[in-house]
Amino acid sequence: MIFSELYSAYYTAVANILKAAVGHTLQKGELREIVARHAFGESILTIEPALTEERWQLLRKDGTTPLQNVPTMPLTTLEKQWLKAISADPRVRLFGDAFPDLGDTEPLFTAEDVVIFDSYADGDPYEDEAYIRRFRLILDAVANRRPLRIGMLNRKGSVRNLRLTPAYLEYSEKDDKFRLIASDTRFATTVNLGRIVSCELDGELPLPKHPVECGREKQSSVVFELVDERNALERVLLHFAHFEKQAERIDETHYRVTVAYDSDDETELVIRVLSFGPMLKVTDPPRFVGLIKERLIEQKSCGL
Amino acid sequence: MAYSELVKNFNRIRDYMREFYVYGFKSRDEFDRKSARSYDDERRRVESWLGDYMRFRQTPDGKNVFLSIDSRLSQHNPLYKAWKAKSFTDGDITLHFILFDILSSPEVCLSLGELTERIDAYLAEFDVPRVFDASTVRKKLREYAAEGLIVPEKRGKTVCYRRAGTTEVGNTDCLDFFSEVAPCGVVGSYLLDKVGAHETHFAFKHHYITGALDSEILCALFAAMHEKRSVILETVHRGGGRVFEGVFVPLCVRISVQSGRQYLMAYSPRFRRITPVRTDNILSVQAGEVYARFDTLRERLNAMCPHIWGVSTDSRSGQRLEHVEFTVRYADDEQHILGRLEREKRCGTVERLDGNTARFSADVFDASEIVPWIRTFICRITEIHFSNPALEAQFKNDIEAMLRLYGLWEGSE
Repeated sequence: MIFSELYSAYYTAVANILKAAVGHTLQKGELREIVARHAFGESILTIEPALTEERWQLLRKDGTTPLQNVPTMPLTTLEKQWLKAISADPRVRLFGDAFPDLGDTEPLFTAEDVVIFDSYADGDPYEDEAYIRRFRLILDAVANRRPLRIGMLNRKGSVRNLRLTPAYLEYSEKDDKFRLIASDTRFATTVNLGRIVSCELDGELPLPKHPVECGREKQSSVVFELVDERNALERVLLHFAHFEKQAERIDETHYRVTVAYDSDDETELVIRVLSFGPMLKVTDPPRFVGLIKERLIEQKSCGL
Repeated sequence: MAYSELVKNFNRIRDYMREFYVYGFKSRDEFDRKSARSYDDERRRVESWLGDYMRFRQTPDGKNVFLSIDSRLSQHNPLYKAWKAKSFTDGDITLHFILFDILSSPEVCLSLGELTERIDAYLAEFDVPRVFDASTVRKKLREYAAEGLIVPEKRGKTVCYRRAGTTEVGNTDCLDFFSEVAPCGVVGSYLLDKVGAHETHFAFKHHYITGALDSEILCALFAAMHEKRSVILETVHRGGGRVFEGVFVPLCVRISVQSGRQYLMAYSPRFRRITPVRTDNILSVQAGEVYARFDTLRERLNAMCPHIWGVSTDSRSGQRLEHVEFTVRYADDEQHILGRLEREKRCGTVERLDGNTARFSADVFDASEIVPWIRTFICRITEIHFSNPALEAQFKNDIEAMLRLYGLWEGSE
C-alpha cells in the first residue's frame, strides 16, 4: 500500500526521536527540533503531547526510551519493487555499477508498462561508456566541489575549452538531457553534458558551495488572458504548472494568468504560448507582446 | 472529530491539492461541496504540509488560496508530503516501534505468545500500561507480512515471526534523481527519508509534479497489468463532476513530459476498443478477472503506436487515419529549425525539400492532437494540409483569430 503510516512523516520523526533517545536523555528542545525537521508545520502539537502523555508509550518521562536499539525497518515489498523497476532504466548506470541486491523481487513497472511519448529524440547517450565516465566524474566534482576543465563541442563543431566551478546538474525530461550548471571566472554558465568531449578535474582545492539558484538570477514574467474554450483553462494551467504562476478569474470564461520564467528560456515560452492559438492573448510585458506579434506578422507573409 | 494534520483517505486531499496547485483561483465558497469546515480543515492541512508554497490573494469573491511552486527550484517534489500524512492510531505507532525493537535482526524469531509477553514487558514501565491482546498483535504481524516487513515461519505447529532481511537503499544520487523522474517516485522519496539529510546535486527543468498525486492509482494499474487482469475503474468527468464506473483492461501508461498528463491506455470490452483514460480522472481501481486476451490486446496497442501522436486512438472525422502535412521555411542561419523538426517529429516524417524548406507529414488516428505543436512553427508555415477539411479550416481560422487578437488582421483595430 503506497498510502501507509509506515512511510509517514510522523513515523519518520518518531524514529529519529527514538534514535536520539536510545543514545542519551532527550531534551524537549531536541525533540522539537527533530519534529520540525522531519514532520509538518503543526506536527509538534500532536507528537510532543502524544509522547509525553504516554499515549504513544515509547518515551519515558525522563526523556529516555525502553527501546534498546536504534529504530530500523526493513524495506517494504513496494520499495523493493520500485528499486527493481528503476534498476532496469539505462540511466541507472550513471550512478555506479553497484545496485542493491533485490533477489527475485518483481519490478513495480517495466519498460512495456510505461511509455513517455513526447520527449525529444536526441536525448543524451546513456549507454555510451565515455558519456557514463564523464557523467560520473562531473557528478563527483559537483559533490566534492572540485573545479573542472572541460572541452565541449560548440555549434560550429569545434572544441572549446572551459574551466568551470560546478554547482549542480539539471535534468530536463522533455529534452532528455543533463546540463551542468556552473560558473566560469565571471558568469554562470550552462553546459549540455552531451556536448562535452573531454573532462578532467582541475586542481585540488575544494571550491565554495554553490546554491541551487546559481544561474537563475534572470527571472521575467509574462501575463496572458485566456478564454476557456475547447477546455483551454485546464490545458493551459496544466501546461504551465511547473512554473511559479498565479491564475485569476476575470469573468465566467476569461482568466488572467501570470507566469514567472527564466529569461534565457524566453523563445521557448513564446512558442509555448503560440501553441495555444487564439485561446491565449499576451497582455504584458509589451516586449513579449511584440515577440508574439513579430511571429504573427511573419506568418502573414507566408501566404498560407 | 477533532482536526488532525493527518488523513485517512488520500482521495479527498488529492482533489484539494490539485485545485490549489493547478487552478488556484477558486474562493472558499466554490469548494463548499460538503461543508465550510471541510474546506477549512483541508486548507489548514495543505498549509501545514506546504506552508512555504502557500499563497493567498484577496478578491471580491473572497480569499483565494493557491500553491505556487517553481519546480525548477525544488529539488524534491513538495507534493510528496501529502503521501506522508496517513493517519494511524496510538496503538499502531506504539506497537510498530516496539515490535521492530524486539525483532531487531532477522536472526530473532519469536512466536506470537513470546512476542506478546515481551511487548508487555516494554509497556510495564509506563504509568498506565497499554495492553495489546494476542489478536491485535497477530493482525499487525499479518499486515506487516503482507507489506514484506515480517516473515512468518512454521516451527512444528507454531508460527514464528522474524523481520525480513536487510536490503540497502542504494546510492542517494540515484534516489534523488529517480524519485523525481520515475513513475511512483514518491516511493523513492520514502527511501530517501530513511537516509536522512544529505546534499542533493540535481535540479529539474520542465518538471511536472502533479502526477505524484496519482501514484496510488498507477500502482494498482501496474499490479493489474502484471497479473493481466481487467479492472473496474471509477472515473470522474471533470466538466460536470459525474462519476462513472466501467470495466477496462489496462495495457500501458502513456506519460507526457510536455504537459505532465498521464494516461492509462486500456481496452474497453463494452466499446470494444482501446481508449485513453486520464489517470487524474480515475478515482479508484478495483482488480477484476484475469483477462485471457491481454497479450493480444497489448500487441494490438503496440501495432497502433506508429499512428498515435499523443494518446488518441480515433478521429473526430470518422476516417481511420488522418493525414497531416505542413511545410516550413527557414533562413540560412536558422538550420536549427530542421533540427527541431527531426527531434520533435515523433511518429511523423521530415523531408528536406531544399536548403531553406522542409516538410513534415504523418498519418495518425487524430490529427487534432498535432495542431498545438504545428502552431509552435507560426512565422514560417508556408503550406498546410489536413485530410480532415474541418481541421484545416479551423487551423486557418485560428491563425486569423490570432491576428485579430493582436490587431494585425486587415480591418481589425
